[in-house]
Amino acid sequence: MADKLELLDLLLEDARESTDTIARQLGCDESEVESMIAELEDEGAVLGYQPVVDWSRVETDHVTAEVELNLELDRETKYGDVASRITKFDEVTALRLVSGDYDFDVTVEGDSMRDVSMFVSEQIAPIPEVTQTVTHFVMNTYKNRGLEFTDSDDDDRLSISP
Amino acid sequence: MKLSERARNTPPSGIRRFFELAEEMDDVISLGVGEPDFSAPWKARAAAIHSLERGRTSYTTNRGMLELREAIAGHVPRYDLDYDPETEILVTTGASEAVDLALRALVDPGDAVAVQSPAYISYGPGVRFSGGEPLPVSTRPENDFVMTYDDLERAGAADAEVLMICYPNNPTGATASAGDLAEIAEFAREHDLTVLADEIYAGLTYEGDHTSIATLPGMRERTIVFNGFSKAYAMTGLRLGYALGPSEAIDAMNRIHQYTMLSAPTTAQYAALEALEACDDDVAEMRTQYDRRRRFVISRFHDMGLDCFEATGAFYAFPEAPYDDEQFAEDLLHSEGVAVVPGRVFGEEGYGHLRVSYATGMADLKEAMTRMERFLDERRDET
Repeated sequence: MADKLELLDLLLEDARESTDTIARQLGCDESEVESMIAELEDEGAVLGYQPVVDWSRVETDHVTAEVELNLELDRETKYGDVASRITKFDEVTALRLVSGDYDFDVTVEGDSMRDVSMFVSEQIAPIPEVTQTVTHFVMNTYKNRGLEFTDSDDDDRLSISP
Repeated sequence: MKLSERARNTPPSGIRRFFELAEEMDDVISLGVGEPDFSAPWKARAAAIHSLERGRTSYTTNRGMLELREAIAGHVPRYDLDYDPETEILVTTGASEAVDLALRALVDPGDAVAVQSPAYISYGPGVRFSGGEPLPVSTRPENDFVMTYDDLERAGAADAEVLMICYPNNPTGATASAGDLAEIAEFAREHDLTVLADEIYAGLTYEGDHTSIATLPGMRERTIVFNGFSKAYAMTGLRLGYALGPSEAIDAMNRIHQYTMLSAPTTAQYAALEALEACDDDVAEMRTQYDRRRRFVISRFHDMGLDCFEATGAFYAFPEAPYDDEQFAEDLLHSEGVAVVPGRVFGEEGYGHLRVSYATGMADLKEAMTRMERFLDERRDET
């Protein structure tokens, strides 16, 4: 019986891999892989499958910003309450509570710097619990989701070696 | 220029011809590569760079930096091996140099050296360079290429002085269990053979743990173990290996080493030290990847109708060729652009087999398997 962690490892490497190839690599049946994937999805452990995109190679305007948020909470309001308001915006693609100088680490994506700035100032800043926002526009991405954003290296090994 | 008889009598490597054939073609997927497709762990590379920045570019002591020998001594207990870093470990320029030194330190002109077959292509010529006579010990497919007492007897290895073995094996991917090795050890003790054990692929063992023949009763004093950083740590080009053995053997090897190589490359020694101290996780990750590819390739071979035993080490599968191995490898290369190495290159028992390296990314492996299957299907349709 192949285990779920190993399956997850393979999906994280390439979620588009065929179940046939995954099954061979794990040394189990295809049906077993399918049922494990179904279980992972049912349990909510696997929420979705998305490509890792290097937007600089796509002909479109795309801007990403990391936004730091500081909050001031009262007795009736918890981090989760504020988070659930912020996550509802489509512009927000990631939201995390972090330790350190600020509370929320928010990733905001949009078509232009103006769109993103407007979004932060008009939708996020006015939230009553938000006391401060600091917006960092992403200028270049070198690595994301474990993948390096470079031209792949050619295999420079000899074609036959002992 | 007059060339020595030794040079003139050394035939070109059988791999060379295939290399040239493959080089002439475009869009070849090569499964003929005997080295990792990964680069050395970044931490090891960073340590090498750092050592260069600090100007550490001089010779080291002949035996290798003591700190590295101590790290090696601390590494090998995972195989139940225990060697004194001061006197029983020699750091060499690749495990290849260690093999060469051991042969030169042990073999007198005319001595017979029993050499496992099929095996890595350099052992036979190495024996000849040392003045010895190679005596092939054929291992058989029906035993999954594990050397037996009978194999040794049949080969006449009782008359040899030295026995050269390699598990996990290149080219077959075979591994030997403690029980398998016990037969070889028994023969070696009975006939007073010194055993040279090339364990360069020890870190790439997929079923169970690697066992070194040196750990069997009465074997430590008659065995020299070779290992290094090329395969498990993906550091082939850094050229760093080592030998473990009784102090008189290591001492004799070092006497030759000090005049020929002086010391192993210093930069590589720093990389190796870091590899031992910080790169176990990288090795484990590479091993996981190879293991998955291994299962993928062997299961694909079975579905294609190629007979292939369950290779459990190194990064090679060794399926039977449907017809003459050399012809098959050539046909496959020309019609589908997939390069594999004919088994005969590795010795007589390799005839009729193909060495298929799975040290290649999954995308290429999948494509290569698709092409091989198509090639076999077309052949079947013709006949």
